[in-house]
Amino acid sequence: MKRLLKIYLEKPELAGIVLLIVLIGLFQWRSDGIFLSAENFRGVLGILPEVALVATGVTLLMICGEFDLSVGSVFALMPMTAAILMNDGVPFWGAVLLGLAACAMIGLINGIVTIRFGIPSFIATLGMLFMARSLTVVVSGGFPPLLPDDIPSWIFTQFIGPGQLFRTSFVWFVGVAVLISALLSLTNFGNWVKATGGFLDAASSMGIPVVRVKIACFVICSVLAGFAGLIQVLRLGSPLPSIGIGLELQAVAAAVIGGAALTGGIGTIFGAIVGALLIRVIDNGLVLSQVDANWFQFAIGALTIFAVVANAWLRRMGRRIRVGV
Amino acid sequence: MPTPLIECRHLHKWYSGVHALKDVSLTIQPGEVLGLVGDNGAGKSTLIKILSGVHGPDQGEILLGGAPIRLRTPKDAMRAGIETIYQYNSMVPTMSIARNLFIGREPLKAAVLGFGLLDQARMRAESVKAIADVDLHLRSPDALVGELSGGQRQGVAIARAMHFKSKLLILDEPTNHLSVKETNKVIGFVKGLKAQGVTGIFISHNMQHVFQSCDRVVAMARGEIVFDKPVAEASLDEVHEHL
Repeated sequence: MKRLLKIYLEKPELAGIVLLIVLIGLFQWRSDGIFLSAENFRGVLGILPEVALVATGVTLLMICGEFDLSVGSVFALMPMTAAILMNDGVPFWGAVLLGLAACAMIGLINGIVTIRFGIPSFIATLGMLFMARSLTVVVSGGFPPLLPDDIPSWIFTQFIGPGQLFRTSFVWFVGVAVLISALLSLTNFGNWVKATGGFLDAASSMGIPVVRVKIACFVICSVLAGFAGLIQVLRLGSPLPSIGIGLELQAVAAAVIGGAALTGGIGTIFGAIVGALLIRVIDNGLVLSQVDANWFQFAIGALTIFAVVANAWLRRMGRRIRVGV
Repeated sequence: MPTPLIECRHLHKWYSGVHALKDVSLTIQPGEVLGLVGDNGAGKSTLIKILSGVHGPDQGEILLGGAPIRLRTPKDAMRAGIETIYQYNSMVPTMSIARNLFIGREPLKAAVLGFGLLDQARMRAESVKAIADVDLHLRSPDALVGELSGGQRQGVAIARAMHFKSKLLILDEPTNHLSVKETNKVIGFVKGLKAQGVTGIFISHNMQHVFQSCDRVVAMARGEIVFDKPVAEASLDEVHEHL
């Protein structure tokens, strides 16, 4: 019993899950039962994959001990690039692949600049935040292109499932999340990521190729951000150069609410998803409870601080329970 | 005279103009536990870094079992059977004991191009055995290394080295930052090496520890070896005179 309690108290996602349940209950009560209606759920789940995919990548990178502020800009750049390529006659899948390749390049540059020049990834990716955003506006030429009519966007946005509850984007997102989670917990690569973020010196002295591991995480993070941007643009129908502004901070908030540590080594993809879901739930719940929508950012901020403090406290409690090592 | 396990011949190393290692030659016989002492900056760490593949020598060569070998990376050294336990501890506190034991050398169930699925059952079973083999008693291989005491961590590090059948175990000041009780435990591990026929280099500031647990004492000063005698024929004062 004590051991079980200890195990759960030390789970980094715990605070996030408890908060999620409490908030869902609160909003359900405040909105007179509308919050948990199928119709509202559809709305929440329809947008969730976009934030959650970005948070998944950011969390993976944070576990590896690095940080990416450029995801919001990459989120806009990828679909813009793809849309322009499509308008130039490149077929849909070709344009998507080229767009994702551009994201991979950005991730590669983020990683190489951070590691080769030994600067904090916070700075390297802050620079990339501005550059990628600027590139998005420049390539759009000031006039956002229209998406061709004949592209198969239903593959990413169609409502499916019982009662048309999900969009296909949700399936893509679950697939990616399961894949990255499995990568982290079941493979040797995942072991290297955790070791690299947990204690860099130990990882490199044990012969782990820490530079390549970090760069791989930068690349995965950027590609996921770009993919999420594509999904949003296909849902909205038009690539705007301004989408994703501030998203990088929401993604970091989701990651830390879900228990990821800025110092690296700690965190789970499941936690990031809980964090992203919390952000969507608050956004939606405040509206349904007829609270002024301008309180949204306040709520996210308060939640982030609260979740991290609660997590640290729970972990200390857990550690204090002695079961004899 | 049997073939030495490891032989360093005329090693030189410069660090940005500083001659850190001056013509160091050293042979270690199989099964010998060598105590390496000396002040900070005497060249101990430089010698160890060369033997564990962190840095290459600027001149000189290393022979392993009589054959010349080049150690370009820590991985090369580990493959050759040279395992190093550093003073800062080469364990990741946020990972479990089982995962720490196999960092960089994970057993895989299936693999493509070196990436694959971890064989977690084997990792747990083998880590339980490896830990028991060094007489360390831990509750579970799933416990986080961060929850262990400093001495227990060094115990796990030694268990890891033994598990991978290292031929040469280098312990780089493993008792720094440990309490007296924990230090004694680690000294116990070092004595255990001799019993198991493992060759070791034990680097320490503490001459007492070296005399308690080693066969031979080597002292370095200003990048050179200044003293080299079996412990049985040496006295503490004699070593101090040379430093």
